[in-house]
Amino acid sequence: MPAAVKKRRNALLLILFVLALFPLFGSAYYNELLAKIMIMAIFAMSLDLLVGFTGLVSFGHAAFFGVAAYAVVLVSPKYDPGNLLVVLPAAIFSAAAVAFVVGLFVLRTKGIYFIMVTLAFAQMIYFVFHDSPLGGGSDGVFLNVKPELRIGETLLLDLGSPSQFYYLVLLFLVVAYVFLRVLLRSPLGHALAGIKSNEHRMLSLGFPVFLYKLAGFVAAGGLAGLAGFLSACQFGFVTPEILSWHQSGNVLLMVILGGMGTLNGAAIGAFAFVVLQEVFSSVTKHWQFLMGGMIVLVVMLLPGGLSSLPRRLRGLLIGGGTHG
Amino acid sequence: MDFSTFLIQLLNALQYGLLLFLVASGLTLVFGIMGIINLAHGSFYMMGAYMAFSLTSLTGNLLIAVVLGVALSALIGFLLEWGLFSRLYKRDHLDQVLLTYGLILMFEETRSLIVGDDVHGVPIPELLSASIQLSETLSYPVYRLFMSAVCIALAIGMYWLIRRTRLGMMIRAGSSNREMVQALGINIDLIYRLVFALGVTLAAFAGMLAAPVSSVYPGMGNQVLIICFVVVVIGGVGSVWGALVAALLIGLADTFGKVIIPDYAGLTVYILMAAVLLWRPEGIFRRI
Repeated sequence: MPAAVKKRRNALLLILFVLALFPLFGSAYYNELLAKIMIMAIFAMSLDLLVGFTGLVSFGHAAFFGVAAYAVVLVSPKYDPGNLLVVLPAAIFSAAAVAFVVGLFVLRTKGIYFIMVTLAFAQMIYFVFHDSPLGGGSDGVFLNVKPELRIGETLLLDLGSPSQFYYLVLLFLVVAYVFLRVLLRSPLGHALAGIKSNEHRMLSLGFPVFLYKLAGFVAAGGLAGLAGFLSACQFGFVTPEILSWHQSGNVLLMVILGGMGTLNGAAIGAFAFVVLQEVFSSVTKHWQFLMGGMIVLVVMLLPGGLSSLPRRLRGLLIGGGTHG
Repeated sequence: MDFSTFLIQLLNALQYGLLLFLVASGLTLVFGIMGIINLAHGSFYMMGAYMAFSLTSLTGNLLIAVVLGVALSALIGFLLEWGLFSRLYKRDHLDQVLLTYGLILMFEETRSLIVGDDVHGVPIPELLSASIQLSETLSYPVYRLFMSAVCIALAIGMYWLIRRTRLGMMIRAGSSNREMVQALGINIDLIYRLVFALGVTLAAFAGMLAAPVSSVYPGMGNQVLIICFVVVVIGGVGSVWGALVAALLIGLADTFGKVIIPDYAGLTVYILMAAVLLWRPEGIFRRI
């Protein structure tokens, strides 16, 4: 195994170890915050599959996150806990199904069109939930009782318990990460990388480019659905805001902030974003101004995102060229 | 639907479509000529509406407010291009998306800091506040007709500017080959700056024009932005003519959608977009 890969694997295992032990020391507030960060990390990694690995800049990824979150509430019984084995697959399936249908349309377009069309479709889905009685209007809908996992009479897992929920999120973070790594190493992953670097060549080599992109889009949508499922279970209510275009912008920001096309970067970006959001909103009620200002500064001064920072600093210290 | 209701709806559709065109033309112009995708375009519309509100309450006259607002928004556009956008031409669309997303957040919060989060109204100027009687019970406000007329005049003006003037020739040349135009001794940087300022001003002016009928509220820019994207997608990126046709189509779909299927009126525009995507993924008209 090459040294760099080994080093990265060790770093990841260390992070996993820290995350696993954290609830033993952290307060309830920080546990919840960390769970939120991990959920956002899953969400951001799913978008990275499109933006970073396939070259599809989607500005509507929140739609799949939100559809799954609504599915959680709509599938769960009103006053009884839902069955995890029903609710989770239903959430992921509905997100993937919506991604499939949306993908059939949006993947016909490229580049700047793709950005605008994904945004427009996400907005359409926003209106579906915002306008119809299904979604409870702008107030949203409540998940009165969190889902649980029960086999026979024994309760195995109760998502209403913060600590059990935390470990479930951690488990899913690992599952999502491994799933994406495996996917990227599979023939599909290689094909997506090929599409990113030269779509025309892939087409002339006879690859069914559209189908590959659709498969990638559905996989990313399904994973975003997993994050949406977890988010609905964490907060217990779902409003149209979670599929608004701000959410799509924020997750895109996480991916770019952390550095796209690395998976780890997306997770770092999610961490940085949520922490910044907490810090800024504790300073002022107009925290969005600070967030916007920071985004502008990062774009102007730090192309390549936060993950390029160590390389740039090293370049500065050694005195080599850092631009590029 | 009897004839006069139909006529009123048709006029409304026309007016909404023309207004959309005014906003979307700036977006498509800036993209078509400079290759910049600008999410903050809707914010300029919002700015215009808020300028109309604040400057009218300051000066007491909508006309003076509009003149001041136009000058101010042209200046804002000029400065933004100079300070930020001019550095992004060679960058990926992704960076442009990100920068303009950051700008939206800043503009919205600045608006919240200066004017607050309340909904405001702007009075219709007295001269235009009359209504035309269509039948015994139905009438149509003159101001809305005035809006449509102004939009049509501006559309003709833009056509004339781009197709018939020397500046328009330079703009068109700059969009197809920037380096060559520069080599001919034309200050292409200045031209880009002017085009961007024009785009900003068009959006802001549309906001000012719409302020008396639509009221002035937070988030109004984002709503318009997304519909403008739909306009551009249907019309074809970079095509001003396409933007006009698409904006009118959307005006019709939205207005009659509200009459015919009021429960799902928000969706009609997007269904139209989906249909166009199936038929012509690159929009109805492809280039300028």
